[in-house]
Amino acid sequence: MEKTEIETRLRDVLVSELGLDADKINRSANFETDLDVDSLGVVELLMAMEDEFGVKIPDDEAEHIHTVGEAIDLVHGKLNV
Amino acid sequence: MVTGLGVVTPVGNDVESFWSALVAGRSGIGPITHFDASNYRTRIAGEVKGFNPEQHFEKREARRIDPYSQYFMVACRQALAQADIKYGPDDPENASAGVMVGAGFGGMNAFVEEITVLLKRGPERVSPTGIPKIIANMAAGLVSIEHNLLGPVSCVVTACSASANALGDAAELIRRGAADVMVAGGAEAAITTYGVAGFNQARALSIRNDEPEKASRPFDAERDGFVMGEGAGAVVLEDRDRAIERGATILGELIGYGMSADAYHITLPRPGGTGAARAMSAAMRDGGLEPGNISYINAHGTSTEANDAGETAAIKIAMGKEEAYRVPISSTKSMTGHILGGAGAVEAIVSLLALNRGILPPTINQEHPDPECDLDYVANAARPFTGEYAMSNSFGFGGHNVALVLGSERVARE
Repeated sequence: MEKTEIETRLRDVLVSELGLDADKINRSANFETDLDVDSLGVVELLMAMEDEFGVKIPDDEAEHIHTVGEAIDLVHGKLNV
Repeated sequence: MVTGLGVVTPVGNDVESFWSALVAGRSGIGPITHFDASNYRTRIAGEVKGFNPEQHFEKREARRIDPYSQYFMVACRQALAQADIKYGPDDPENASAGVMVGAGFGGMNAFVEEITVLLKRGPERVSPTGIPKIIANMAAGLVSIEHNLLGPVSCVVTACSASANALGDAAELIRRGAADVMVAGGAEAAITTYGVAGFNQARALSIRNDEPEKASRPFDAERDGFVMGEGAGAVVLEDRDRAIERGATILGELIGYGMSADAYHITLPRPGGTGAARAMSAAMRDGGLEPGNISYINAHGTSTEANDAGETAAIKIAMGKEEAYRVPISSTKSMTGHILGGAGAVEAIVSLLALNRGILPPTINQEHPDPECDLDYVANAARPFTGEYAMSNSFGFGGHNVALVLGSERVARE
């Protein structure tokens, strides 16, 4: 799957499942500081990513996701091994 | 002192529309729409109507708050707005302001949703926000966060007497100086698959599905169970001196609080009404009043066989025969359905409005007199009266009996 497709689908999930503001979502946006995602929201984010892309994201890998771009990269890496 | 009122109910989502529906004898009971109830014994309830969460909360916020807490938060906003009380984050008075919520269950919608996900999809698919949506005290926590209330914040869970307890306990905190302002009340949002199924299996609910508006008929001989309602009631209680000093509009006073237990059965009231009578007597004593002072009783009046006969007997014991036959009694559950944990607060508000406006709201659906229920239930139509004190009864599974005595705005302002 191409990163652009991952980005489109991730953006849709962030809006529909987490209720984030679509206008603020871009690759460099930080979940905590730019998108106001708290610790519970991070778990919702991981669950939404797992459901959407059919991947498994263990907690130790999840710790490295701070921005939308990093989330896209993680999913891309998992889908293209 | 009572300085603010707020309601979200099956007959109106603000005090004025709520009151005008009650005075008109309008039922809020109809077919269940919250879920597909077609294979349930009971397919009717008193649902809150026209409540759009996104009108009251940001979309992201609404997703994390169970309807139970949403109803309570909206009722509290109304009450605080009427009281004209607003605290900033660094207001020095924050520490003496608190909130007390009463609930039968709590976030039952979220509970049902999360258990469904758990069973269908496994432990790693349940939501991280499920627990905070479910726990009953969260309604109080959310109100404290929204309004910067840093004083006593707590929750009472005593089934259908919960929010009467919440009002009584909150007034007690003010009486002993632990708080100057308490937003108190209760809520319920249990018209869910499990809520209806569970009460159905206990054979507690009316199954008059073809005549929803006639299903809740407290004290009538053809009653066949209660009808679930939902919603919230909230009251701002305030220290007398503080209220007078700031020139608040005083709406009444909570002057008596009585509690007792039946110590008899998990769901049935003790026959003969002696337990409920002790709560009523305790509330009158607490307020320094005699039965002759009580001008109106808002009954628990659930429309179950056991409650209505037992409560009638209890009123005769607590008031004495003569006063029992004199005092007008109504069950507004005939219109709202039974708001469970929210009922006590909603009905305390009804009691105050009745005193202040000089109108007794009726008990609707009185068609077939029950010889065991032979008091004045203000049958079918509102009527004018004058009086300064009212009593509101609330009883709960577990054998909880609570009575509150309220004084009108006139006596409160004296």
